[in-house]
Amino acid sequence: MKTHVTCSVNGDPVEFLVDDSQTLLSALRDELKLTGVKEGCGTGDCGACSVLLNGELTCSCLVFAPEVQNSQVVTVEGLADPDNLHPLQAAFLEGAALQCGICTPGFLVAAKALLDRNPTPNEKEVRYAIAGNLCRCTGYDKIVRSILDVAADLASESETVGE
Amino acid sequence: MTSTSFKHIGQRSIRPDGLDKVTGKARFGADYYLPGMLVGVVVRSPHPHATIKSIDTTAARAISGVKAVITAQDFPEISHEEAMSGESVVDFRDLSHNVMARDKVLYIGHPVAAIAATSQQAADAAAQALQVVYEIHPHVLNVDEAMASDAPILHSDLDPDGGEPTNIAKRHVFNRGDTKQGFARADVVIEREFTTKQVHQGYIEPHAVVADTGEDGRSVVWCSSQGHFLVRDQTAKVLGWERSRLKVIPAEIGGGFGGKTTIYLEPLAVLLSAKSGRPVKMVMSRDEVFMATGPGPGSRVRVKIGATSDGKITAAEVWMAFDAGAFKGSPVGAACQTVLAPYEIHDVSITGLDVVINTPKVAAYRAPGAPIGAFAAESVLDEIAEALSMDPIDLRYQNAVEEGSESTYGPTFKLIGFKETLEAIKEHPHYKATLGPNQGRGVACGFWFNAGLGSSATVSIHEDGTASVLTGSPDIGGSRASMALMAAEVLGIDETRIRPSIVDTDSIGFTDVTGGSRVTFATGMAVIEACGEIVEDLRGRAAMIWGAEPDDVEWQSGQAQHSDGSKPPLSLAEIAGSAAKTGGPIAATASLTARGVGPAFSTQVCDVEVDPDTGLVDILRYTTAQDAGRAIHPSYVEGQMQGGVVQGIGWALNEEYVYDDSGRMENPMFLDYRMPVASDLPMIDTVIVEVPNPGHPYGVRGVGEVGIVPPLAAIANAINGATDVRLRDLPMSPPRVVDALSSELNGATGTPAG
Repeated sequence: MKTHVTCSVNGDPVEFLVDDSQTLLSALRDELKLTGVKEGCGTGDCGACSVLLNGELTCSCLVFAPEVQNSQVVTVEGLADPDNLHPLQAAFLEGAALQCGICTPGFLVAAKALLDRNPTPNEKEVRYAIAGNLCRCTGYDKIVRSILDVAADLASESETVGE
Repeated sequence: MTSTSFKHIGQRSIRPDGLDKVTGKARFGADYYLPGMLVGVVVRSPHPHATIKSIDTTAARAISGVKAVITAQDFPEISHEEAMSGESVVDFRDLSHNVMARDKVLYIGHPVAAIAATSQQAADAAAQALQVVYEIHPHVLNVDEAMASDAPILHSDLDPDGGEPTNIAKRHVFNRGDTKQGFARADVVIEREFTTKQVHQGYIEPHAVVADTGEDGRSVVWCSSQGHFLVRDQTAKVLGWERSRLKVIPAEIGGGFGGKTTIYLEPLAVLLSAKSGRPVKMVMSRDEVFMATGPGPGSRVRVKIGATSDGKITAAEVWMAFDAGAFKGSPVGAACQTVLAPYEIHDVSITGLDVVINTPKVAAYRAPGAPIGAFAAESVLDEIAEALSMDPIDLRYQNAVEEGSESTYGPTFKLIGFKETLEAIKEHPHYKATLGPNQGRGVACGFWFNAGLGSSATVSIHEDGTASVLTGSPDIGGSRASMALMAAEVLGIDETRIRPSIVDTDSIGFTDVTGGSRVTFATGMAVIEACGEIVEDLRGRAAMIWGAEPDDVEWQSGQAQHSDGSKPPLSLAEIAGSAAKTGGPIAATASLTARGVGPAFSTQVCDVEVDPDTGLVDILRYTTAQDAGRAIHPSYVEGQMQGGVVQGIGWALNEEYVYDDSGRMENPMFLDYRMPVASDLPMIDTVIVEVPNPGHPYGVRGVGEVGIVPPLAAIANAINGATDVRLRDLPMSPPRVVDALSSELNGATGTPAG
């Protein structure tokens, strides 16, 4: 017996049928084919499956799919608008903040969650905000710098607006 | 230090595959879904060492939705046959027995059957229903146990000394000169013993494959690997198929670090697909990755080095035992060759033992073997510098190899940049910065050969003046960007007009693995060669258009120019636009074995603070200098340097396989197998040294691996600086640091193995 789930994913209304034991990660990937959401561990330790669930940073492997009934889910596929990359996506490209790229979707979502609640983080705040995301390629240096670059741009923009 | 004589090389261009990777469109191994696809699972041994008495698949096959079950019976028995596989040796019989156990299981996680079913639930239920009867044997979990006189023997045919079978698969011996005399000339001689535990490559993407076998018996395989030609050839070998029956399509690869230079799931998926007539997808869980795919080896190592009072090394002896896991083939041979390679030492004696134990077969891990050797040798060198009251960089510099030095492993070095990396660190502000209480600074160096091997490239110029560059080298760290930059440099057009792609095994000539730090060097060489042919072709076509001789045409800045200036230049796009009238399509292919490999050296300095109460080691500051030869894309060179360092930090401080007495890995998850996270680390400062490799058109050396070689010793040396205690057993995790700080036993003979 499957459960019928209705929710919003990246702003679009969606519905799908899932087993009660199926995770949100599985629903996104296997049912909706949103394969930008990655599975690295299945135990909430690597952050590759990070999504925003009702605005909160969440490991989609730790949520059962039926739990997201009527919720709003944002994945890496929902970060850019049709004409423009999200500033974090552009910064990651510019700053060479990815090597293999498997962890990149999770980092982008985690970084967005950080900047949504704290647009001007310092380096330490960035490092702790992404400490739930594993990257084995970069040593995090260029990821941290790219997020700080976006934060600096946001800060200078808000100063301009303030003036 | 970047040369200004290039227009494209050395630019920090946006990587061509980047957009797909930041938007989630890039498809990795697990991202393929085919109509009618089945789910494949592996049934694995629960015992570390046992004889398989029987396997009954009846109940498993009876479960609704199960479409195929395979066991050892479905694989041909192949004889021992060793072949080069990338830069390591593979024994196809062992490979076959590793992907599917035959009479014996040799580690917990060893596959005994595989099942394909219409759902995960059905496949899992069938795995539960499969009946396997085992006769359990005693097991060994490290080199000490495996070499004990009463040890249970894993394989009946390993007897390197020609006597009774043992667990020692191979003995490597390198002797030169007379170490007795060498040590007699020394004023200080220090001998120490070290141990390291198995560590995992830790790529974030688990192994994944989709195989689809058609009615014609040919199979198409989508998978992520460090070499899809390797996947094709090894899978064909294990199945007894002709290679042309398999087409392997490379997915994006989510990290490998050497661990994806072998096969695990691929032959199972192909066979399940052939049996069921349906596409089959198999994806490992994280605990399967830990328990059944290649860790790097654990080890016991002894190093003895002698030096004169003015710091000249007179002799060195090294003894190393590496575990290979369940089948022979640890990287101990490479460790023997690299352990002393940065230094001019005439009198050397190096012995390496390859030892089988009841754990997963080890796989290559970034500069395989070298970090373990360097941990020991660079720690002992640090003690010698301390004993002689010498600056540790000065000691190394005085003994450093340079152009013309005969290496400890034989060859004479051509132009190399080791001393330049030592100078870069000595002159770096980091090296002069002051330290606070409980803080210490450590230095260490590393060497890696780098590899050449086979590569192919096809370059096509399109009518609108854009170009395609096809290769067979999976891109793990931005190599497509480097291919585009090198092609742009030769062709003289902007790299944004060049589309680099990695294509399947039917669409390009054979190409060895992405490993050995070889892709930018060797595959780059193929790209440069093919682009060079294109330029020759374009010059000929311009000459034809002008009614001139090809020798009158020069290629500059993407244009054909008449040597006497009598004709207006013809751009690449103009020539391409009229290609149909000047000889047809413009394309060139190069397939080569790359010669002229340039070895890599790295020198690193690290500051730590040690909490004396908790044993926590905090990395305060880290700087790495590495000879890249030429940095084609500096950002991704820095990325390799930084990534290598951080993997080394994890290896040094926290990562280890923990086995319980029953042979089960106790920490097969990222929570307990503790890799570094962002909050553990500072920025990793990089100094790219460029001493061009004379064997490459642009001076490229490999940059991928050597960065992981120095950190283990650099951190141990820094901990000694902070605490006056030397740790010789990895990882230097908080409990071990606390134990070492409180232990009165810590002294001249090294700490006992934990």
